[in-house]
Amino acid sequence: MAIVEGRFRLDGVEIPFQPGQTIMDAALAAAVYIPHLCHHPALLPHGSCRVCVVRVNGREVSSCTTPATAGLEVESETEALRALRVAILQMLFVEGNHVCPACERTGACELQAVAYHCGMLEPHFTHFFPRRELDASHPDLVLDLNRCILCERCVRASRDLDRKRVFAVAGRGLDSHLIVDSPTGRLGDSRLELTDQAAHICPVGAILLRQRAGDVGERHGFRVPIGERPYDRESISRVGDVATLVEES
Amino acid sequence: MHQVIPGAPATGLGPAAPSDRPDPAPARIAQVVERSLARLGRRPEQVLQHLIALQQAFSFVPEAGIRALTERLDVTRAQCLAAIDFYAFLHRTPRGQYNILLSDNITDRMLGSQRLMQLLCERLGVDPGVPRADGRVSVDVTSCTGMCDQAPALLVNGFAITRLDEDRMRHIAALVDTRVPLQHWPQDYFAVSNHVQRSGLLLRDLEVRDAGLSALFERGGDAVLAEIERSGLRGRGGAGFTTALKWRFCRETGQPQKVVVCNADEGEPGTFKDRVLLTAYADLVIEGMTLCAGIVGAREGFIYLRGEYRYLLEHLEAVLQRRRELGLLGKQIGASARTALRSGLSVGRGTDAGINAGIGPDMDVISGAAQTGDQTSNQTSNQTSAVRGRLDAVDGPFDFDIQIHLGAGAYICGEESALIESLEGKRGVTRKRPPFPVTAGYLNRPTLVNNVETFLAAARVAEHGGYWLRSEGTDLSAGSKILSVSGDCALPGVYEVPFGTSVRELLDLCGAQSVQAVQVSGAAGSTLSAEELDRVLAFEDLPTAGAFMVFGQQRDLLEMVRNFAGFFVHESCGFCTPCRVGGVLLRDLIEKVASGRASAHDLEEMRRIGDLMRRASHCGLGHTAPNHLLQTLEKFPWIYQTRLASAEYTPAFDLDAALAEARRLSGRDDPGAHLAS
Repeated sequence: MAIVEGRFRLDGVEIPFQPGQTIMDAALAAAVYIPHLCHHPALLPHGSCRVCVVRVNGREVSSCTTPATAGLEVESETEALRALRVAILQMLFVEGNHVCPACERTGACELQAVAYHCGMLEPHFTHFFPRRELDASHPDLVLDLNRCILCERCVRASRDLDRKRVFAVAGRGLDSHLIVDSPTGRLGDSRLELTDQAAHICPVGAILLRQRAGDVGERHGFRVPIGERPYDRESISRVGDVATLVEES
Repeated sequence: MHQVIPGAPATGLGPAAPSDRPDPAPARIAQVVERSLARLGRRPEQVLQHLIALQQAFSFVPEAGIRALTERLDVTRAQCLAAIDFYAFLHRTPRGQYNILLSDNITDRMLGSQRLMQLLCERLGVDPGVPRADGRVSVDVTSCTGMCDQAPALLVNGFAITRLDEDRMRHIAALVDTRVPLQHWPQDYFAVSNHVQRSGLLLRDLEVRDAGLSALFERGGDAVLAEIERSGLRGRGGAGFTTALKWRFCRETGQPQKVVVCNADEGEPGTFKDRVLLTAYADLVIEGMTLCAGIVGAREGFIYLRGEYRYLLEHLEAVLQRRRELGLLGKQIGASARTALRSGLSVGRGTDAGINAGIGPDMDVISGAAQTGDQTSNQTSNQTSAVRGRLDAVDGPFDFDIQIHLGAGAYICGEESALIESLEGKRGVTRKRPPFPVTAGYLNRPTLVNNVETFLAAARVAEHGGYWLRSEGTDLSAGSKILSVSGDCALPGVYEVPFGTSVRELLDLCGAQSVQAVQVSGAAGSTLSAEELDRVLAFEDLPTAGAFMVFGQQRDLLEMVRNFAGFFVHESCGFCTPCRVGGVLLRDLIEKVASGRASAHDLEEMRRIGDLMRRASHCGLGHTAPNHLLQTLEKFPWIYQTRLASAEYTPAFDLDAALAEARRLSGRDDPGAHLAS
C-alpha cells in the first residue's frame, strides 16, 4: 500500500502525494494534467523544456522537478502561466524545423498536441530555420534532428533503462545537438536496437520507426491515417503521452 | 633572487613542432594520453582533464586521443565529443600553432580591442575564427579573461598578454610570422599586475601564518564554526548564503567522503579579484579550504580554476606542494604541523620564496620581485613563533588534500552545480535542486562549494574571531567586499571596501568622473544610472560578486547591451528552452535596434522575452541574463527610442530586397515589381 504523505492544492484541487513524489508525479497519479514534454514517468526528472512550469510561493518552478510538500499552493492553469507555456512552445517551434502537415508523426506528436492544448495558434517568433542532419543509416529507425527538441528522453532512456549510452547532447547554447555514440557518429553503426526503450520514447518525430510489412500500431508510419491518430481525436490532457515503453518481457 | 613571472610561459609551452600538425603521430598521441592517465588516473570523471591535456599538446583533440580514452576509461566517444563541443577551449580540428584569443568584454571593447583585433588579423592575413591556411595562427575572441584593469588583453596558447596597443599587436604579428617560441617573447608582455588600489580588513594583511588553522587545532571545529557564525560571513560569490550555515549542514550530514571545492571559475565579465587573491594570497585561500575541510570532515578538495587562469597553475601547484611538505595538507594535518614545529622547521613561505616573489598586493608582478626577500624571512619567523605553543589540538588530526581541476572556457561552470558536473568530467549543465550540493554534490557526495574570497575571509575570521569581521560593514553584510573596478576611471584595479560603501564613494576612490552608468556585479548584475549612485554595496541593496564597471558620459550604452546579449548567447549551456532560445531572440532584436530597423513593438517583445527568461529559466544564468536589457529599457529608454525606425512595426528584413531573386528570375525590374517604400 502506498503511504500518502500529505496533500497539496493544484489550482484549488486537493492532490494527495507519496513520499518522494514531485508535483508532476502526484498530479499525473491523480489524473490531473500538467502540460509537459521532457518529463516521462519512467525516467529521472529532467526539467529542461520548462513547459510544465507552475507557480509556487510566488515564483515559477518546473513541476516535474519540484518535490511535492504538504500544504503547497500550486497554480497551473492560470492565464499568465498559459501565456508563458505558449511562448516556450513557440520558442521550441521556431528553433527547429517543425512542419506538422508533412510530418509522419502528426496527430501522435506530443509537441503538436501540447501546443494545441495550450492554445498556441502561430509560431509568433522569427523562425531560425537551422540546418540539421537527417540520419537514415539504421535499418529500423530514422533520426531526423530537424524535429529534435533536446528533451533528452532518448539520452536518459538509453543510459538508464537500456544501459547503452547511445545518445548524448553535445555543444552548448543554440548549438546544442543530439549526437550518437558510434565510431562514425551514425545511428546505423550504434548499438541502438528496435527493442531499446530509447527507440520508442521520443515525444516528437525526431526518432521515427521505419515502416515495415506487418507493423501495426498508431506510431508506425502512415498506417493510421491522418485524422484518426490519438491526438486528432482527443486532447493530450485526456490521451496522455503516446511515447510508450516497450513491454517488459 | 630568481625572478618568477607567474604569467609567463616557462618551458615547453610554445607552439608544437610543425610535424605534429595537423595530423599528429599516433605514438605522440598515445604518449600524451599515457602521461595524463599516469598523472590523473583512470576514473571517468577525469576525462575532461585528459581532453584538456590533449588540447594543450596538439591545439585540438585528435580522434585517436578520444579512441584511446574510450578504451582506457569508462567513457563513450559521444561523451567525449559532447564535452569537446561544449567547452570553448576544446576543439575537434586544429587551431593555429599560435592560438590567439582576444578578451571580448565591453571593457576591452571600450579600449579598442575590436580595432586591435582587426589590425592583428590584417597583419597576419587571417580571418577571425579560422586558422590560417598554413596552420601557423588562429585569431578569435573569447569571453572576458579577467584582465579588465589592464585591458585590452588576449590569451596566446593559454597565456595572458595585457595592455595591448597597436605597437604590441604589430610586434605580436611579427613574432608569430617569424615563429618565435612563446618563451622567447618579451617577458613583460606576460606581466599581470595585481593593482590592489585599496586594502581593507583582508587584503592589508598579507602575512601567512596559518593562524586560522592553529585556531582549529587549538579550539576545535565547533568553536571555530561558532566564530564564523558570529561573524555573519556570507558567501562572496554573489548569492550571499550564510557561510557558517552551509558549513554546518555539511558538518552535520552523516554521509562520509565529503568534498570541499573552491570556486575559482571567476567568469563574470568585469571581475578579476579572485585572480589577485590566487596570485598574492593563495596560502590564505588554501588555508581557508583546509580549515573548512577540518570543520566539515572532508578529505578531498578541489580548486576549480578557470581555463583563462591556467597561467596560475604552476604557482598554485607550488603552493600546494609546499603546504604538503609542511604538513598543512595531506595526511594527519595538525599532527604533522605540530611535529614540524617541534623539530624547528619553519612554516610559511620560506621554502620557495621565489615563487611568491614580487606578487605582493601593491606591486607589479615583475617590478616588485627584488623587494620581498626581507619580508619573506620576517614572515617566516613571525609565523613559527605564532604557531609554537598551540600544540594541543582539541579536534584530532585530519587528512585532506587538494587537486586543481582546470576549466575550459565555460561561464556557466561558475554556478556551483554546473561546476560539479564539470568536475565529474561532463558538460557544465546546472543540476536541478533539490538535492543541494551540500547533500549530494560531486559523485553524489556531500560537497561544499565556496568562492575564493569566502575561504580567505573564513581563514582570517578563524584567526581573529567573529567580532573582528563585524567591526566593518552592515548588520546584514558583515565585513568588507573585494571589488574589481574597471571601465572609465583613473585607477582601475582591486578595491577592498566595507560593505555599506556607496557607489558614489567607490567612484570617488577610483577616480571616475562624469559617470553615465555603473554595471554592478557583472553582465548578470545591475545597471545603475547616475541617479542611483547613493545606493550601497551590500547584500540588502546591491549584492555583488565583485565586478564594478564604470561607463562615462561618452559611452553608447547600447554597445554594452549588445556585448552582454552576445555574451549570454555564447555562454548559455543550452539545457532549458527559455535561455537557449530566448537569449538568441533577444540578441537578434537588440541587433535589429542597433541597425535602426526596430519599432516600438520590438521593445515590447524584448520585455516579454526577458520577463519569460527571468521567470521560467532553469538556473541563475537564464534568470539574470536579461537584467541588463530590462534595466536599460527602464532607466535608459532613449538608447533604444532614438534608433527606432517606426513607432509601430517594422519587419526584421527588407521586404523589397527579399524580392530581388523573384525579380531576377522573372526578368522584371519595373515599378510594379517593387514594393512601395
